[in-house]
Amino acid sequence: MGNRTKNRLHIPDAPFRPGDKPDFSHLDIGVAGSVERPPCNSKPMEIRDLAYNLVRVLDDDGVAHGDWNPNLNPDVLREGLRTMLLTRKYDERMFRMQRQAKMSFYLKCTGEEAVAVASTMALQPADMLFPTYRQQGAFIARGADLFQEMMCQVMNNELDPMQGKQLPIKYSSAEKGFFSISGPLTTHFPQAVGWAMAAAYKGEDDIALAWTGDGSTAEGDFHYALQFAATYRAPCILTVVNNQWAISSPQTIAGGENTTFAARGIGYGLPALRVDGNDFLAVYAATQWAAERARAGLGSTLIELYTYRVEGHSTSDDPTGYRPRNEPEFWPLGDPIERLKDHLIQLGEWSQQQHDELAQELEDYVTECWKKVDAMGNINDPEYAHIHSAALFEQVYKEMPPHLRKQRQQLGR
Amino acid sequence: MAQMNMIQALNSAQDNLLAKDPNVIIFGEDVGYFGGVFRVTAGLQEKYGKQRVFDSPISEGGIIATALGMGVNGLRPVVEIQFSDYIYPAFDQIASELAKLRYRSNGMFSAPVTIRTPCGGGIRGGQTHSQSPEAIFTHVAGLKVVMPSNPYDAKGLLIAAIEDDDPVVFFEPKRLYNGPFDGDPHQAAIGWNTHPKGEVPEDYYSLEIGKAEVVRPGNALTIVTYGTMVHVAEAAVKAAGIDAEIIDLRTLLPLDIDTIAESVNKTGRCVVVHEATRTSGFGAELSAQIQESCFWRLEAPIERVTGWDTPYPHAMEWDYFPGQQRILDAVNKTLQGG
Repeated sequence: MGNRTKNRLHIPDAPFRPGDKPDFSHLDIGVAGSVERPPCNSKPMEIRDLAYNLVRVLDDDGVAHGDWNPNLNPDVLREGLRTMLLTRKYDERMFRMQRQAKMSFYLKCTGEEAVAVASTMALQPADMLFPTYRQQGAFIARGADLFQEMMCQVMNNELDPMQGKQLPIKYSSAEKGFFSISGPLTTHFPQAVGWAMAAAYKGEDDIALAWTGDGSTAEGDFHYALQFAATYRAPCILTVVNNQWAISSPQTIAGGENTTFAARGIGYGLPALRVDGNDFLAVYAATQWAAERARAGLGSTLIELYTYRVEGHSTSDDPTGYRPRNEPEFWPLGDPIERLKDHLIQLGEWSQQQHDELAQELEDYVTECWKKVDAMGNINDPEYAHIHSAALFEQVYKEMPPHLRKQRQQLGR
Repeated sequence: MAQMNMIQALNSAQDNLLAKDPNVIIFGEDVGYFGGVFRVTAGLQEKYGKQRVFDSPISEGGIIATALGMGVNGLRPVVEIQFSDYIYPAFDQIASELAKLRYRSNGMFSAPVTIRTPCGGGIRGGQTHSQSPEAIFTHVAGLKVVMPSNPYDAKGLLIAAIEDDDPVVFFEPKRLYNGPFDGDPHQAAIGWNTHPKGEVPEDYYSLEIGKAEVVRPGNALTIVTYGTMVHVAEAAVKAAGIDAEIIDLRTLLPLDIDTIAESVNKTGRCVVVHEATRTSGFGAELSAQIQESCFWRLEAPIERVTGWDTPYPHAMEWDYFPGQQRILDAVNKTLQGG
């Protein structure tokens, strides 16, 4: 059989495996400021090269370059820095608490804070967010109550807004425009397009923004989203967070070897941008560009946010089994918090001392919230399992049908 | 009152609600300009405009997902899956997303989506135009599942489904679109003008979801059925002169077990009839619930009459389809049992 054909399955691999020395010098990450910013009303066909380049604003010294620089007020930059840092402090605390068996599950977004925070900050409060489980930064940017809406949810305690119905970290807030997080990724991608179609139908200016991952672009839902977005010019921003890893599968398994994820948009006639996801200014500017297009009736934009998943997939994952332990240190696009901090310092709007003070203040705040939550008990307490029993049968339907009433009586709670 | 077939009744239901509620919008494959391959949305785009009634890409998963998003953003979408045989690509969006959204967000988000879909056989449609997948959806917490058997019920129930704040899968037995069907393909087809339920008000009315109807009172046994088989069962017992009570479920989920139990406790004998395949069919659920409620009053084992556990065939359609004789065999067995 092997003698008759040159065909063999090509099984894409990761660039480095445990034991290898990571070296990302093969990546073409371009130079900050080198990609031109086209007008928002450009035709998708005229800007196809943006799907293959990398929009970067900040260089390695924290200096902003080029016409993608959104020239934000330093107060906005400090707000972004604070939100990203709070997200990281929250993640660190929750991760440690999961390791102490206070909760069943947790998942960090370390290194990907800008992807969530800058995108959210570039939108209006009435715009709708369709997050995955790794955009806790977006919820914080929308002003989530860290204690009640986040920690109590993660602990499934009596103040949990979802009353124990959802796995930890599957937040939801109608009031803050943060759509209920589903388990799998990308099911929400075409749902976001539908939300945006409804906004257009009603003649409203609100737009939707959805995030998904590199791995789950392989799902049919991803293509449904692009198809409907393109057909109906839905005012929607579709972003692919390419963090290089889908649990243990490198982005090459999702088809990232010979093209970019942004380029998926080209086949649908959508404008597509590829952006340094660890660069707060670049993410902000790209979102702004796409939002302006959407509000102008020009429809959806696909944005690939190029980043790196610094930690394991979740507390149930050990990345040293499939990649070098020190690989994150070699990622060439740095850390989004450090880069924005350097930029603010370089502008003369921030100092290391202020930064250290802010870090301490946020850590104290997280600790204070945690102490309140911890005092409410956790899943190791025998009675804890039943605190939400009364809610078990509620919200299956708007009104409880007879068969559920009967089953609730059988449970006897 | 007007004479309507089921297509016209379903069209009238949507016409009424498009006029009544600006948040109702309709989309699906071929439903816009053309008015649907079965003409159920004929004329609606012309009357209400392209913003409200439009064609979708051939993407069932995309249709349900976008309808969900629209529902979250205040609309009341009515979507058509052209044949229920094509609903499977959308199953994840229906079962894991649409049905669960209210629960997983503890009521913060929900989507009042109505999924219309023609089902069932008897039209020489072969394997991919004849399936009856209703039982699969009755297994999904958070959905409502409706299947009318005549024009009057179809209109009232579709209006109720669209106005329901929970997602509804609305099955339309396509063999009944143009007239009742007694299960004999060699007889000339008859129209709904021969049937009292072909009289349909042109104005708005709705029928409560979750209520079965006794369509033929009787004392000898109870036949529990729905969709096309209501008419096949009626014809069978009429021809044989059997005093059967026939219950048309109309809604499968939530199930009106009270109406069923009242009848079976009276007759003591029960035959369950559906067109779908047998194993894990909805008849299994009916049998289980009936014996839970009526065991001490049953005089004979509950019989099931169903399609065979095969894919829906083409040339052998009338061997597959559970016609009058198969129903009578089961009825007689039940009457002789005990």
